[in-house]
Order: sequence, then structure tokens, then C-alpha cells
Amino acid sequence: MKLTIERAALLKALGHVQSVVERRNTIPILSNILLSAEGDRLSFSATDLDMEIIDEGFAQIDVPGQITAPAHTLYEIVRKLPDGADVSLSFSGDDPRLVIQAGRSRFNLPVLPAGDFPVMSSDGLSSRIAVDTNELIRLIDKTRFAISTEETRYYLNGLYVHTVNEGGETKLRAVATDGHRLALAEMPAPEGAVGIPGVIVPRKTIAEARRLMESAGETVDLQVSPQKVRFEFGAAALTSKVIDGAFPDYMRVIPRDNAKILTLDNDLFAKAVDRVATISAEKSRSVKLAVEPGRITLTVRNMEAGQAVEEVEVDYDGEPFEIGFNARYLLDVCGQIAGPQAEFRFADPASPTLVVDPVDPGVKYVLMPLRV
Amino acid sequence: MARCPACASPRTVFHEELGTLSIAHMDCDAFYASVEKRDDPSLRDLPVIIGGGKRGVVTTACYIARMSGAKSAMPMFKALKLCPDAVVIKPNFAKYKEESRRIHEKLDRLTPLIQPLSLDEAWIDLTGTERLHGATPAQMLARLQAEIERDIGLTVSVGLAPNKFLAKIASELDKPRGFSAIGAAEAQSFLANKPVNILPGVGPATVASLAEIGLRTVGDIAAADLKLLANRLGSGGMRLHRLAHGQDSRIVDPDQARKTISAETTFNDDLHKREDLEDELWPLCEKVAKQARQEGVAGRVATLKLRTPDFKIHTRRRTLAVPTQTARTLFQVARELLSAEPRGLAYRLIGAGLTEFVDADTAGADMFADEERRALKSETAIDALRGKFGAAAVVTGRALKGR
Repeated sequence: MKLTIERAALLKALGHVQSVVERRNTIPILSNILLSAEGDRLSFSATDLDMEIIDEGFAQIDVPGQITAPAHTLYEIVRKLPDGADVSLSFSGDDPRLVIQAGRSRFNLPVLPAGDFPVMSSDGLSSRIAVDTNELIRLIDKTRFAISTEETRYYLNGLYVHTVNEGGETKLRAVATDGHRLALAEMPAPEGAVGIPGVIVPRKTIAEARRLMESAGETVDLQVSPQKVRFEFGAAALTSKVIDGAFPDYMRVIPRDNAKILTLDNDLFAKAVDRVATISAEKSRSVKLAVEPGRITLTVRNMEAGQAVEEVEVDYDGEPFEIGFNARYLLDVCGQIAGPQAEFRFADPASPTLVVDPVDPGVKYVLMPLRV
Repeated sequence: MARCPACASPRTVFHEELGTLSIAHMDCDAFYASVEKRDDPSLRDLPVIIGGGKRGVVTTACYIARMSGAKSAMPMFKALKLCPDAVVIKPNFAKYKEESRRIHEKLDRLTPLIQPLSLDEAWIDLTGTERLHGATPAQMLARLQAEIERDIGLTVSVGLAPNKFLAKIASELDKPRGFSAIGAAEAQSFLANKPVNILPGVGPATVASLAEIGLRTVGDIAAADLKLLANRLGSGGMRLHRLAHGQDSRIVDPDQARKTISAETTFNDDLHKREDLEDELWPLCEKVAKQARQEGVAGRVATLKLRTPDFKIHTRRRTLAVPTQTARTLFQVARELLSAEPRGLAYRLIGAGLTEFVDADTAGADMFADEERRALKSETAIDALRGKFGAAAVVTGRALKGR
């Protein structure tokens, strides 16, 4: 293999794929990326066995070929090379190392045979569904904060992406929950999405896909099968296993007829919550909301750190009541509200509370109260 | 290990690392039997077996009974065949709990880092207490041993080592009334010729799996290729490899104290009908759930235990979506586990349990726990009624049928 490629193209492609490579691996070849030179392109592939990212860049190929080299080292080297440099990569049977040359710099890296590199099959994937990139970004950004990190409930360690038919309209919906809060965002289903299997996309995959969307075009091509999901962003593509488990029946915990409806200024409320939470206990982060017509009184009492009280004006004219929440969960939800106002719908101090965004009917948040 | 030059006892009198070892394992000698013998001196020289009924199993055999071959977990009839003149005593757990509490009072004076394993067993971390006590861990433990014998009238065995695994092995070495130490330097050579089942977590299945690749002793495992072990046993293989080298990085964790809550019952006659088994299962679930509520914990895993007439034990477990502390949920899952077993088999024992505990308040605040919350409400109400008017005040139909 012998080729020359611009540093910028090389760095971009390496940047896309190298983050999937784990820092520490028990299987040596998983620390490497696969380089394949053919035609006028150099393609890159990296995997952690659960997820695979591929990308490619134009290069001048003198001798086509394939080899694997340490991903992080290669990335670091290319990152430190001067801007605008031409980088030549070569590997021949004579020297069992990959030679990287740019200007007066020369590196020799150990390699492992390309034939040993694990490749993820894309069998059984559905046909491509073109999804508007910004809409997909919205689905992810509005929900990913609620993905559980609790390993025992592995089936909550991802974003549940599926289609639903409500009122004759099919929607592509993403739901995440950790049992304490739930986030739901949906968009009109893109063409071809009807009938795709619902999949739980792992947290790491969501993070990588989201990163790659930054440099994607107007649409992202999505393919799913009951075992796998694939995102294509132009030349780069991410294929990942999905979580093998059943996502709980989340509709059952989304309150439908919570009658105590309250509207508030989202920004003022969030800032007040953040202020009083300064002294909340590390573990529960509990904040009490005393709701009465026209206002909420936020109280945090902490045996060691003291007490904090703040009043916020709200639009509410029902019965007074008290309810407690984890301040961090409350702030997470406030952070997702796009409009100036947030609408809270309460039932009672022990039942789930629904939070909606008056300017975006496509999102819903559910918060489980704490005992106060 | 140096034997005492005067009496050739393996009890540790000198050890290179004795001044530096600080993780200990303490175990009472034939605990239940010793308590009974202490309270009734006429039993002192007789073989004593603690256990329930003719069909039960041996809970504890005293050292005299052990000489005839009786040992704990053995079926009672078998133990009595080996040791026909044994005095059989039904266990009195309230009494043993009280003695356990008295021993723990003494332990607590040494360090807060105590991890109880059962009523009569605990790991103790004395690291860094030397200046506080003005004595090395070994000296403090020897004093503790003498004090327990003097004040409570029970003997304990102590193992001292650089980690939990070796400490537990050390405490077994010189039982009863033993005191042994295993140092880091000698650990590997000491373990080398021991059978693999000395390692924690290695049961008959793993023994067989290891034998297939020619590994029979701990030394074999220590010398084996790590990749081979990992291939065979997954991450458990890497754990065994470390243990075989005498390495164990688990800490003495006082919060990890309680591992399971369980209850079981042995039938007078073997049962094989699903309904009969379920009738026996329900009160056990009630008992386990009540204990969990009292301790403020909820179990993430439900277990079912069955013993067949040939004394094979089958345990089945399932991880729950939401940790539970209610009989309703536990029974529901245990019943499902039972129905997954082949039909028509007879059993002599059934048991139910909860394990992998979490704080009950956190578990109850989960949005998918609505059924559990409802069940909890009714069961706490029943607890309250029974507390006021006695256990018979509220009886479920199922429990009534079982009588």
C-alpha cells in the first residue's frame, strides 16, 4: 500500500472514526483502525465490536492495499502535523511497519494484518430512510439526558426509537427514561419509516451519531433491523448493535388527565431552582414546591447546609398543594423547553407530573416526585 | 507457616508478616451448637446437632458430632445414621441473634469496617488502627478472641491476611479456636496444591469446566494462560486468575452486609402438585417481604429454591424491572419461575428469597413501580393491623388454604 493524502482530509476522517476505539483493549486489533486504499479513495474503519464507524477521503493511490494501525497514535500524529501538509502512508512487505511521512517528519508504526480486523455485517437492515438532519438532532437533544446509566436496567441504557400511529398520523418518536424522569420527542414519520422495528439505540451510539451529525448534510440515511441500526452521513457511516431487550410500556406512565395546570416563566423558574438547590443534599437534591394561586414557594432544607427559600410568580388558580422534586431533574427538563414558558400538569404529590412546552407540542417530559 | 515448637499446633505464633497484615476473617466455632452447650453444660461431652425435624437438614453439628461424620447441610436422617446418639436440638434463632449482637458489640470497638457475612462470621479491616489501639491488628484480634471466650463463653477462629479471600481461608486452617495468618509472600505457594473449589465462586459446574481443560489445582490456574481462562469462563476467568495468585482487591464494606433475605420450608411428605407447592410458597414470600420492609430494603433479584427427593438443590433467579419488597411481586415471580420447571416432579423443600438490595425509598420513587406501590400500600396496612391485633387478624385466602 502506498498513497498520499492531504492532512486535513486525513485528520477529518480519523477524527470521525477514532473516538469509537476504546482507550484500553484486551484484544490488540481493537486498538487499531483499518485503512483500505483503492481507486481514488482511502477508507477508514474503527470498531469496538458493538459499533463500527467508517469514513473515507480522496487520496492519490500509488499502490492499493489494506492494513491496520493504532488508531489513537495515528490520530495524534496527524493532529500535530503542520497545516496543509501532504501525508504519505506506505506499507510494504519488506518493513513490517506503517511508514508515515510528511515534510521532514517520519514515523514507523506497528501494524496488524487487515484480514484479522472484525467487520460488522449489515445483514437484514431495512431500506434507507432519509431523515431531516435537524429534526433528528432535535429528537436526540431533547431526550438523551434522560437515558439511564444503571447497568442492571440495560434496556433503559439507550434511546427508544420507534414509530407510532396517533390520530391517523404516523410519527417517528424517541423516548428515554431512567425511571425517575422520562423524555419524549417526536416528528412526522419520514417516508419509508412506517413499519420499521422499534429499537433501543445504546447511549454511546447516540453520542457518536450526534457528533457525526455536526458535519452531515441536510439528511441522514437511517436503516434499522431488530438487531442493528445504521446511520449514513454522506461518506461516513455508523453501524451499531441495538440493545436486546424490551423497552417498558412508557405510555402507561405518561399522565393524561392531570388537572392542576400551571404555567410559569421557564427561565426565571430554572434560575430560582438552581439558586435554592445550591444547598440541597448531595444525594437526593430534593427541592420542595409549595404551589398556591399566583405563586410557587421553593424551599430547600438541609440539616447541614441550612435553608433556602425563593418565591416565583406563576399562572395558577387551583387548590394549594406541596410537591417535591430532584432539583437536577427539574433543571434538566427546564433546559429542554424551547419557548419562554413551561406548562406543568400535576395530579398529586405522589404521582407523575407532566411538563410540556407550549411552543413545541412534539415533546413531553414526565417527572416522578420525591417524598418531602 | 511455623508450627509452635512446644506443642506442634499450627496456631500461628510467629509469622514474617504478622505485624503488617490487617484484613481478618472471624468465624465462630460450631456457633449454634456452642451456644446450646454453653447454656446446658450437661450437653458438653455429647454430640449435638442443631436442625429441624426428621426430614430437615443439619444446621450445625458440634465438633463431637463431626467426628462421626455429621456436618452442616447434611440431611438429618443421614446425620443420625452416622451419629445415632446425637442430641438433636431445634434452632433458636432469637437466642443466636442475641449472641451475635454481643459479639458484634466487641467487634465494633475495634473498627467501624466490619462486614458481617452471617450471624457468626465477619470480615474485619484493621488497617491503620495500630496507633489508635497501641497494638498491631494481630495483637488486637488475639485479645478479642480471648475476650469473647471469657465474656460470652464462645470460641472463635481468626484468619489474618492481606486480603479477604486469604483471610477467609486462613480462618479455616486451624479451627476450632484457631488463629492463622497467610502472608502475601507465601500466598501463591500455599494455594498451589489446593483444589480449585477452594476459590470463592467455584462450584461443581466450574470445577468440571476447568477439569476439561486440565486445571485441577489453584496452582494450575495460576500457571494457566489468561486468554484460555477468559475464553472458558469470561471475566470470571480473569477473577480466578487473580485469586489463584493470592490477589483479591475487594474491600471490607460494612454496607454490603446483608446479601439475601430468604425463607424455606421442608415438607412432611414430598409435594409435586403445582397448587400445593404454591400454597407452601405464599407464606414464605410473605415472610421474606415483611423482613425486607422492616429493614427498609427492596430486592432487585427474586430467587426460588427447590430441593428434590435426591437432595439436589435447584435455584432459579430473575432480575426484576423494579426492586420489590412485597409478597405479591415476589410470589408472582417465584410462581413464574416454578411454572417454568418441568411438571410433575416431586420436591421435598421449597424456598423464596430476595437479593441484590437497594434502598426502598429510591426504588419506590420509580415511575414504573406503580403496581409495586399499590401492593406495598396494602401490605404495609396489613403489617399495621397484624401489629395491633396479632398475626391472625388478617389472613389471605391462599394462606388459609395452606393450613
